[in-house]
Amino acid sequence: MNAFVAVLQRDVRLAMRRKSEVLTALFFFVVVGTLFPLGIGPELVVLRKIAPGVLWIGALLASLLSLGRLFSADFQDGTLEQMALSSTPLPVLVGAKILAHWLLSGLPLAVLAPVLALQFDLDAGATQVLVLSLLLGTPLLSLIGAAGAALTLGVRGGEVLLSLLVLPLYIPTLVFGAGAVEAQISGISYAAHLSVLLAMLLLAAFFSPWLCSAGLRIALE
Amino acid sequence: MKNIQWFHWAAPQTFYPLAGKLWGPFAVAAALLALAALWLGFFVAPTDFQQGEGYRIIFVHVPASWMSMVIYLAMAFWAFLGFSFNTRLSGMMAQALAPTGALFTFLSLWTGALWGKPMWGAWWVWDARLTSELILFFLYMGYIALTSAIDDPRRADKAGGLLALVGAVNVPIIYFSVKWWNTLHQGASVSITKGSSMAQTMLWAMLLMALAFWAYAIAMAFYRVRSIILERERHTRWAQELAA
Repeated sequence: MNAFVAVLQRDVRLAMRRKSEVLTALFFFVVVGTLFPLGIGPELVVLRKIAPGVLWIGALLASLLSLGRLFSADFQDGTLEQMALSSTPLPVLVGAKILAHWLLSGLPLAVLAPVLALQFDLDAGATQVLVLSLLLGTPLLSLIGAAGAALTLGVRGGEVLLSLLVLPLYIPTLVFGAGAVEAQISGISYAAHLSVLLAMLLLAAFFSPWLCSAGLRIALE
Repeated sequence: MKNIQWFHWAAPQTFYPLAGKLWGPFAVAAALLALAALWLGFFVAPTDFQQGEGYRIIFVHVPASWMSMVIYLAMAFWAFLGFSFNTRLSGMMAQALAPTGALFTFLSLWTGALWGKPMWGAWWVWDARLTSELILFFLYMGYIALTSAIDDPRRADKAGGLLALVGAVNVPIIYFSVKWWNTLHQGASVSITKGSSMAQTMLWAMLLMALAFWAYAIAMAFYRVRSIILERERHTRWAQELAA
């Protein structure tokens, strides 16, 4: 447990020393969200209709941006090898790294989402559900993405390959996350969508660190 | 025959000649079965009173869709074997199957579009089945891209195997997610329950074509795995003797 907290603190501290990387992904989210009204036109009816999907896809791409760096720096300077050799099980350490990735990429997106929801004229109820669905969905994105990042570690053209591998696996998260907001807008209960998101989150939280360590061990061979 | 030496065939050196002996007969069987199925499907099977002649595309479409899913499962099976027994041949078989699986997935999407235009009036509908088949195609492409991006073949096998297993777990999740996401557009997809009400000759033509596709997939996998074995074992004495 000490090692878990130590890795978490280290990753967060490292990111705080170089804030620009965290902020770049956030601004990417804002810019993508701004492009859609410009491209589609400012009719509020249309914007309200596409808002859940657009905001969710923006969040998904923004969290994808920082995935490539999740393991690569530690892989290059040999830290990852020491982690694999340490007495603490690798899945625990990897879990800490994934949690740090979510704190630095997913959580800020969820906090920022209401501002973008204003641009799309979502009402208070829908905004609330959007934030809730992002809070449940973005950790899931980090967990699934980390497995892809582990598999593509040190591979030629890894960044592009990573998005090709991970985006199809993101589809259920997108469907249920955007579905929850759409359900709220059309006046149906959104509880079922959030329950499925939570169920997938719990499953991924159990399996993903284990899968990631398997992938990392392949890369470290 | 009490205990077949399964692991005997797990060595690339012994499997190479076996695959060489088997791929030919399977290819011939595939050609004969396909010819029989096409003859049954185009000349014997009656015209559908609702869909006219256009329905005949299902004789290719349905078996191709079946194979696209079966081959993905077969890849996951080989990946699982590879992780369980650490056999080198498993990864080679998984890699040999992937292009054929991708081909059948594409064929299924393409013939589906050709069928959809006259029947539904659209090349593409965001139906649950179509969408999940498209995602399956993406998964095949991801697998092929990943394994070909890694130079070390052992690492490529393992990384690809992990991806194939994750994908196999994810396929049902994706299928149900898109199904619930878009229940309104449940188009007229051909189902097993409807299949039993088809004319007997139609069913036979479809089953024959399915068998032909099975034989084709096996023949191609064996053919391709022979090339992969030779490429990877080129430093061994038996492979060099074979080439000499």
